[in-house]
Amino acid sequence: MREVLEGSQAVARTVARCRPGVVCAYPISPQTHIVEALSAMARTGELADCEYVNVESEFSAMSVSIGASAAGSRAYTATASQGLLYMAEAVFNAAGMGLPIVMTVANRAIGAPINIWNDHSDAMALRDSGWLQLYAADNQEAADLHVIAFAAAEELEIPAMVCMDGFVLTHATDVLELPTAAQIDAFLPRFAPRQALDIDHPTTIGTMAGPESFTETKYLQHRRFLDAAGVLAAWSERFHEAFGREAGGLVSRYTPDTLDRARDAAPADDGDVTVIAMGSVLGTLQAALPALRAEGVPVRLVGIGSYRPFPAEALRAALGGSRHVVVIDRALELGSGGVLTGDVGRALAGTRSRVHSVVAGLGGRPILEESLRAVVRRAHAGQLGPLELLDLKEGGVPVPHEGATEVHR
Amino acid sequence: MSVVHIPFLQTGTLAVGGRLLSEDERSLQSQADRPSSLTKGHRACQGCAEALAARWVMDTAVEASGGRLIVANATGCLEVFSTLYPESAWKPPWIHSLFANAAAVATGIASALHAQGRDDVRVLAQGGDGGTVDIGLAAVSGMFERNDDVLYVCYDNQGYMNTGVQRSSATPAAARTATTPAVGRSPGQAFGQGKSMVKIAMAHEIPYVASATPADLRDLEAKVRTAMAMHGARYLHVLVPCPVGWGSESSQSIALARAAVQSGIFPVIEARAGELTEVQRIRERADVEEYLRPQARFAHLFKPGGDDALARWRALAEANIRRYDLLGERS
Repeated sequence: MREVLEGSQAVARTVARCRPGVVCAYPISPQTHIVEALSAMARTGELADCEYVNVESEFSAMSVSIGASAAGSRAYTATASQGLLYMAEAVFNAAGMGLPIVMTVANRAIGAPINIWNDHSDAMALRDSGWLQLYAADNQEAADLHVIAFAAAEELEIPAMVCMDGFVLTHATDVLELPTAAQIDAFLPRFAPRQALDIDHPTTIGTMAGPESFTETKYLQHRRFLDAAGVLAAWSERFHEAFGREAGGLVSRYTPDTLDRARDAAPADDGDVTVIAMGSVLGTLQAALPALRAEGVPVRLVGIGSYRPFPAEALRAALGGSRHVVVIDRALELGSGGVLTGDVGRALAGTRSRVHSVVAGLGGRPILEESLRAVVRRAHAGQLGPLELLDLKEGGVPVPHEGATEVHR
Repeated sequence: MSVVHIPFLQTGTLAVGGRLLSEDERSLQSQADRPSSLTKGHRACQGCAEALAARWVMDTAVEASGGRLIVANATGCLEVFSTLYPESAWKPPWIHSLFANAAAVATGIASALHAQGRDDVRVLAQGGDGGTVDIGLAAVSGMFERNDDVLYVCYDNQGYMNTGVQRSSATPAAARTATTPAVGRSPGQAFGQGKSMVKIAMAHEIPYVASATPADLRDLEAKVRTAMAMHGARYLHVLVPCPVGWGSESSQSIALARAAVQSGIFPVIEARAGELTEVQRIRERADVEEYLRPQARFAHLFKPGGDDALARWRALAEANIRRYDLLGERS
């Protein structure tokens, strides 16, 4: 059934249909609508056999999720920005203990200066936390990704973040088709952890590992992470078979002319410029770039669906041999460049592609179609440098009135 | 022929083994088939009262729950000495996550069990004073405030002993620690600092709050049983002398715990829904010196210039005796 839904509502309903045993969260914009909806469903009984726990911090939200998952229940939480950083210690801990918690990250900037709007700085700060990081291009995918996230996380015993752009997706309304409860019941296996806190089979979880075993523990974690790309791809494939639409996948491909998302689209080796991006900006790019092809600029588009594990191999296959690779990056590694650009650069080391970092949309700055076209034109003309901040106000931010604090670039 | 008089003292609440009591009145620890939830072979220091108290608490909770107990443990001595991979000294299902989150992890376990319809399985969280009074306070307070079905036990050795005896907000006045050295004009921990976790717990008006020491095994066991017979958030604060951190003989841990109670320094109480319901009276009053002198962390109190601090300690004991009527003068 197709229905008009806000992104947050779509995510909340899909999560509820995945039948979590414990949902625990602390409110932070722009995640609030998701957890408000889940708390209501837990009250009405629409979300049955589930405990909704209101906690005093994100640190406790993740900690409650850890306890619940370790006790054998499917656990879910959601956060953003400062909240993700506040729970950081517990985020790493959940991964280290192999607890397949699913968490929505409603991506938002990190202060200071405090800013509630969208970019990817929050999730990027935890890129090495040992969690899967899946990015939604639109609200349909945001909802669908949660089903894939539970399935892959539980198979791998690796927790999963589903990243959706704050406000741009969480608060946007779209026509969506949600997976039904019956469809999810048929698709998602029952949560049956290999190890749990069980009075009939007592076990000790979370021991101290010394120098004699720590490296091996990390190696095993690494090995499981290497398996993650294959497992994610397989669940995405199964999702496509069961639901008839694209969701997840390591890398998303787009057709050359209309830039429609298509899994069988040819590699981008016919393009002089290939744009790589992650999240909702892919939609903007789909709208912006076809006009360039009409101008005679051979440009292609590739999306990153899984940032962790980083799909280096799938990316190389999707890229072919583009001369210029322009990464639209929504997080800035200070003193260096875009964060995603670093991963792309490593994946393309030794190829003939030149990688350009275009850091865009920080703290909710709108990413304009014309601005995107302008950088691609410059890349095609060989005039784009290694790093650019899109639409940077070179002269600084104007002071609105006399006496206000002057802001310099 | 000479007559040897043997004092007949081994009954009542002070008797550890209770050998002179009838079988059904004896402590669980005197039973051959006690659960030994914390088994031998762990790495606690000699004379560690935390190891002792933890086993006594856990055994009682395991028995009270019919063997259906899950434990969440904060980072600290108790966790480090009991679970160095690949060994574990714990018999019940046990989890350690982080320093500050034992209460929240326990809430998560309790919530999961409730969602699974397993309300017969009980949850206990435990940590030291650092994990409870300092870094874990927010999570503990949250668990209390929501009245989650968890018994939280704090083993208070009054400092960060695991990291080398630094000051915590449970470190008593004048005590020398690695970060409150006994030098300068006011040596050791400052007077007028620190907080009472028992009073903080009571302020949440949770169903049950109690304090205890390993000097009174039967009282400790009774309080765990009382707590386990109830549901909702419950708190037990156990004073556990630490030979390493306190600078005391490992043979003196129980004697020091007793001196803390008998001098009025550590009130042993029970409270229900925020109201004080039971106070253990001082049986044989001890001077604070009996508690302080055997501890090297207070050695400077007994050197020239220590009189003032000693007087202030006596005042602290007097204040407790008055507040809790520890001598039974008002009743």
